[in-house]
Amino acid sequence: MKWQALSIVGIAVAAGCASYVAPTKEESTQAIKSSFNARGIAKLDRLDQSEIQAVCSDAQRAGKEVSKAQREALEKKVLATVKYPADGKYLGDFKTGERIAQSGVGMQWSDTEKTVNGGNCYACHQIAPQEISHGNIGPSLQGYGKVRGYGEPVVRYTWGKIWNTHAYNLCSQMPRYGDAGILTEAQIKDVMALLLDPNSPVNK
Amino acid sequence: MNSKKWPIAVTALGLALSSAGAIAQGSAADEIARYRAMLADGNPAELVVARGEELWKTKRGPKNVSLEQCDLGLGAGVLKGAYAQMPRYFADADQVMDFESRLVWCMVTQQGMDRATVTKSPFSGAGQRQTDLEALTAYGVELSRGIPVNVPQGHPKEKASYDRGRYAFYMRGGPYDFSCATCHGVTGQRIRLQDLPNIVGNKADADRAYTTWPAYRVSQGALRTMQWRLNDCFRQQRFPDLVFLSPTSVDLITFLGVNANGAKMDAPAIKR
Repeated sequence: MKWQALSIVGIAVAAGCASYVAPTKEESTQAIKSSFNARGIAKLDRLDQSEIQAVCSDAQRAGKEVSKAQREALEKKVLATVKYPADGKYLGDFKTGERIAQSGVGMQWSDTEKTVNGGNCYACHQIAPQEISHGNIGPSLQGYGKVRGYGEPVVRYTWGKIWNTHAYNLCSQMPRYGDAGILTEAQIKDVMALLLDPNSPVNK
Repeated sequence: MNSKKWPIAVTALGLALSSAGAIAQGSAADEIARYRAMLADGNPAELVVARGEELWKTKRGPKNVSLEQCDLGLGAGVLKGAYAQMPRYFADADQVMDFESRLVWCMVTQQGMDRATVTKSPFSGAGQRQTDLEALTAYGVELSRGIPVNVPQGHPKEKASYDRGRYAFYMRGGPYDFSCATCHGVTGQRIRLQDLPNIVGNKADADRAYTTWPAYRVSQGALRTMQWRLNDCFRQQRFPDLVFLSPTSVDLITFLGVNANGAKMDAPAIKR
């Protein structure tokens, strides 16, 4: 597919301005790497793409889907890395979970190592009904447990989805809250409770 | 400016949500629409533009000359309409430059100022007076108001800038895996209640996003330039610090500008 795209560019070049050669992937990447400075907690290694970041960027840029075989293989690999709570307790405190869902701070160069990161869930999701200022990039999570039930498969799936969303949807736009160290295990338990505690406002 | 578009968004919200919360959110959206209409009544950017004009015409720097002979692509001293046709290739610098890059170029080559000093703190901090660069940029873009965007693609380096900009737009990275496209690649998306323009799939969105920067940001009490806008996007993407006037900053402005070609400049605008 990539070769097809390249040959189309080749034809366009031949037909139009003969002197133009599109920048290679390496040249484009090099330009980006020369354009940023490390600042505070945001170091330059953040520009080094992971395999999944690269695969998903390339597919979207080309307007293609990642092939089913590649997607499934990578999702399986990610799922094997999900760390479930060692004590077997998945649910913390839904009120703390609500505060984490509201907070959008953390991991910017304007933050520090001491910043307590938030999940910023409301930026993209509808969650508790009383919060009307919510985004729509992700699906609504209102009534999450009430709709899906509170059984173990739902609980384990939800944990895995928050820990590393790519286990279930390779090119999901959602951050890897556990895998990337954005939230602690305890914080994820609190967010889990917001979604899956029957007493949470989400399930009222 | 935004008030024309908002009723559609309100309708979309009304359709998308059906609970009692939807009605509450609809009225919140109405309030935002009213707030925006109030903002449009007077734009403090006018004061920044006035200071920029004075700076432009004042003899400054070691060589004690004004910027009135600066060539922004339409000939020496032609400022009217220049912003709308940048970034563009400049043979004397052998590179593609956006308005802010070219401004610095003129300050250095014509006024004899020191580049490192001029570019050290390009953006004003909270409560500080606008920087000279911000004021000059505000004046420059004001003189393109109403003029159609016409970012050229005739020179190979202009095309390469666009292609690298497009590459960067889709590059996911950092601990949150975000790219520009995460927020600006789908029509109708919002973060909280903030509408996000789809810069690659919706011409009206791409036009509005480009033609309304620089803008006076009410929440910050300051005029912000396109270089600042990109720097702040990358901060929120959890990327490192985008260097002022860096290749990627210019490449992305080329990409955004070409995508908005034909739309009329409407800046400095006023935003939340």
